[in-house]
Amino acid sequence: MKLENFTISSLKEKIKKKEISVKEVVKNYFDQIEKEDEKIGAFLTLTKELAFSTAERLDRNFEKLKNLPLFGIPFSIKDNILLENEKCTAGSKILENFIAPYDATVVKRLKEKGGVILGKTNLDEFAMGSSGENSAFFPTKNPHDLKRVAGGSSSGSAASVAANFCVFSLGSDTAGSIRLPASFCGVVGLKPTYGTVSRYGLIAMASSLDQIGPLTKTVKDAKLVFEIISGRDPLDSTTIKEYYYKKKEFKKPLKKIKIGLPKEYFKGKLNKTIEKLIEKEIKILEKEKIKITEVSIPHSTDEALAVYHIVMSSEVSANLARYDGIKYGKSIIFEKELEKLTEVYFETRGKYLGKEVKRRVMLGTFALSSGYYEAYYLRAKKVQRIIKEEFEKAFKKVDLLLTPTFPDLPFKLGEKTRDPLSMYLSDIFMVGVNLAGLCALSLPCGKVGNLPVGIQLIGNPFSENLIFKVGEFLEKNNE
Amino acid sequence: MISKKEVLHIANLARIKLSQKEVREFQRELSSILDYVKKLKKIDISKKEPFFYPLILKNITREDKIKETLLKTRKKIISLFPKRERNYLKVKAIL
Repeated sequence: MKLENFTISSLKEKIKKKEISVKEVVKNYFDQIEKEDEKIGAFLTLTKELAFSTAERLDRNFEKLKNLPLFGIPFSIKDNILLENEKCTAGSKILENFIAPYDATVVKRLKEKGGVILGKTNLDEFAMGSSGENSAFFPTKNPHDLKRVAGGSSSGSAASVAANFCVFSLGSDTAGSIRLPASFCGVVGLKPTYGTVSRYGLIAMASSLDQIGPLTKTVKDAKLVFEIISGRDPLDSTTIKEYYYKKKEFKKPLKKIKIGLPKEYFKGKLNKTIEKLIEKEIKILEKEKIKITEVSIPHSTDEALAVYHIVMSSEVSANLARYDGIKYGKSIIFEKELEKLTEVYFETRGKYLGKEVKRRVMLGTFALSSGYYEAYYLRAKKVQRIIKEEFEKAFKKVDLLLTPTFPDLPFKLGEKTRDPLSMYLSDIFMVGVNLAGLCALSLPCGKVGNLPVGIQLIGNPFSENLIFKVGEFLEKNNE
Repeated sequence: MISKKEVLHIANLARIKLSQKEVREFQRELSSILDYVKKLKKIDISKKEPFFYPLILKNITREDKIKETLLKTRKKIISLFPKRERNYLKVKAIL
């Protein structure tokens, strides 16, 4: 069975026509994983028992359940999203032995619609990284070139879809962690508007920036998964009711959509081969008579990255305080005789948190500490306001922004690990989106040799429908 | 360049035990990141309100009632305690 051509709809059709059972589908995907994942490293845990029991239940109740939107569709989940009764490590040694006591809301919703979970995918530790190399276990390689990174932090998610280990995956995005690996692995990745997808069951990194989103083969699949996982959740009070998405201006026909090219994401900042591919996409839009204008969002790249590292680390320092060896996870109490309670915290965290995690917790602790709070955190929050206003100004002229997802080709393993700052710069075109509470999609726009390149579409909050429309159009013309 | 004393102070606040080597490395790395964020000093932030939250939600509350479905989760949470006595989480003495 050729797995690479399956999208949600094409596989569902085969299953509904009874050309293949769900059990056979699952077996085929696990065979593929067994054959190829040793050299890619997309999965941390395979959930074979769960997958086969789900498959058997779906096959047995075929007549009753066959119309579920994800009937029999295998998917993977980033290992910072809780799946009940399965290990959830967040890519960290400190949660190496942690078994999730409940399902994340998004997992519950996908299960209800007939999806079959194959396993938990690899990630940068606590979602901190842009390459996948910060996983405490092993890095995920790019399926298109095993000497290169898969991108991060949803590295395993993107690689699992690209390598045909599943039909789609769930990842999370705080400053590009869905979009960058999607771009590097040649798949579609959506960072939904903050508030549209429940974070209940997502291991928190930066609570005002994190969002769960789909990584898929096609834009249509991303839309389908988004519709299933989104919507108000009483268990996450930061989710918003659906009626916000139904605004009139988000129903514009393709020809009436105005697209902006923010100059800060182009002039001299790109690898020439990438520039050519982006120009190709722009020409496709121009041929359709879609209006394209230059806009400016002056502080949305370098300054946004600076704001991000202060704001994100500050939130991280608070969110990761819970990993202390007391309630769950690894604890130093099994290894050492200690005198005081505080020693449990110091020693557990010192031993079991990774380098990058410690770096960010320390930076955030510093930015919030007495004497520095105003100069760093508060100042960053005010610049974040400026960035938000600059995006709002641009969106008065256009409906969507088009940019490259990343200024260069997927980099090699080890290329950016020596200097933390060089790794941080990978997020330069994506970070503004999370800071301003917008939505964005990365979709493949071609290859340079065998290396995928992604293009990014950015929209106002709740304008996912416009992004899907333009995305599907570009996708069709790229075939 | 951030001082060794400051790094140790931060590590203390963050409750992380660092080795001597780590203290030196963090001195270097944190200084380099703080240098990068210096660019924010040049921006005019006068009259700007901090942007704390992307949504217009306010005071989302629910009734203070226990949900039955969450009781089975309680059992699983207790099973994750590193050290316990019956249903109590056991920790080192605080006093």
